[in-house]
Amino acid sequence: MFDLAIIGAGPAGMAAAVEARALGLSVLVVDEQPAPGGQVFRAVEAAHGDAVLGAEYSAGLGLVESFRRSGATFRPGTTLWHLDPDAGELSLTPGGPAQARRVLLATGAQERPVPIAGWTLPGVMGMGAAQIMLKTAGAVPAGRVVLAGQGPLLWLLAVQLKRAGAAPVLVLETTPKGRLGAAFRAGGWFRGRALLLKGLGLLREARGLAVVRAVTGLRAEGAGRVQRVAWDGGSAACDTLLLHEGVVPATQVPLALGLEHAWDAAQQCWRPVVDDYGAASHDRVAVAGDGAGIGGWQAAVAAGQLAALDAAHRLGRLTAAGLAQRAAPVRRMHAEALALRPFLDALYAPSAAVLAPVDDQVMVCRCEEVTAGQVRAAARLGAQGPNQAKTFLRTGMGACQGRMCGATVARLIAEIRGVAPETVAPLRPRAPYKPLTVGQLAGL
Amino acid sequence: MYATRPEARPATVEVFVDGVAVMVPAGASAAAAVLLAGAAAIRETSISGAPRLPYCMMGVCFDCLAEVDGAPNVQACMVAVAPGMRISRQRGARHV
Repeated sequence: MFDLAIIGAGPAGMAAAVEARALGLSVLVVDEQPAPGGQVFRAVEAAHGDAVLGAEYSAGLGLVESFRRSGATFRPGTTLWHLDPDAGELSLTPGGPAQARRVLLATGAQERPVPIAGWTLPGVMGMGAAQIMLKTAGAVPAGRVVLAGQGPLLWLLAVQLKRAGAAPVLVLETTPKGRLGAAFRAGGWFRGRALLLKGLGLLREARGLAVVRAVTGLRAEGAGRVQRVAWDGGSAACDTLLLHEGVVPATQVPLALGLEHAWDAAQQCWRPVVDDYGAASHDRVAVAGDGAGIGGWQAAVAAGQLAALDAAHRLGRLTAAGLAQRAAPVRRMHAEALALRPFLDALYAPSAAVLAPVDDQVMVCRCEEVTAGQVRAAARLGAQGPNQAKTFLRTGMGACQGRMCGATVARLIAEIRGVAPETVAPLRPRAPYKPLTVGQLAGL
Repeated sequence: MYATRPEARPATVEVFVDGVAVMVPAGASAAAAVLLAGAAAIRETSISGAPRLPYCMMGVCFDCLAEVDGAPNVQACMVAVAPGMRISRQRGARHV
């Protein structure tokens, strides 16, 4: 029986493990990847010397090394497929179950799906995917690469590819005109100016790239693979099309647990409701990092530390006074790291067409190959939300278990019903959280 | 189609993608090996038979389901390459 089980060895999970170990807790950390780092510091132990990735990436090595030294039990390459928080029982594969008094979900984010025409064609990928190719294999897309979408990652990736001698032939930025003014009005830019300056540095380094701004009507075209990208008013040949419209919390496990969730209007997604220490609506579960709302890796480190302090307090290893005293500086760090969020959220708010594709022919469920038009038809027939749409269309019942289509299906149904998106209940995932074979199940 | 940067990460592990030998860096995933091999597809969907290549590379989209060393429906982006690994196209649903 561990004091604390942490799901995810990204910035939040690693920072929580280090803090919890320093407070004398026994800690188990589980991650699906072979090495710690999460997506932001993916494979940093192997790739920190690659200058193309930049100094901020390499700085993640320090956190990974602290985590390796922390004395936490680390089970890499391991998937959590069921969690019973009342019993503190974690079902893990491979390697069998584990028990913990408290569970911290630090499962991070996923890229927001970008359902456009042709996005299932081979050669169309997320920008995060291209970054993972760089981090884990040092590899870059060959041929004509086009980046389409918006967000800080777009410019980071554009610059990294440029440094690697594989600069994109074209950047199609979807941010509408007038957003910069809205972003400055949203506030936070002065307090968050360090991060803002970093972004400006990236923009400066990206100079010279061909950029089309305020792009709408994006679509991928080709026979058997992507050969062309088109938008309202233009088109270009391409071999690899990389899409990005920001990231959203990975809510599969918290939603499956039935944790209370709230609609995040700024980021247009659901996130688990947590208190100042990351404690969720179940009294043995906490959520920290991007999984509790997108804030970036520095905010995730602080949130992980706060969740660890809270765990120590709840397990009787830290007094209320000790908790308050230790939490204060971390809380300031957390607020500092989040300062630029209002600015970024206003600047890079996803357009309505990204959230609910206008074209009925666009495939929204990649696994079961269901189009936006089919979802709209099901909504007209009475499907009230994504949970009902499953019985109409099998959306959410394919291999990805709704990770790619759940939010889009809900949004399309909200549109047809004429209701606000937050009134449509999100897809309720079920265990196993990832598909298991009968053989795996039998072997457990 | 992807290319390695030998100056950053030399390709040292030999794997077989649809039977064709390809050298990839250690630490790459099976899905990365398929992209580096320049294969046209990693799977054909079980509904329409359409070709797919990996989309997310982080375990979310399940478009990289492939046969790895004979085991069907493996999330190829979640498996690191090993010398001699055989990665082949998943055609439709697995056979039970």
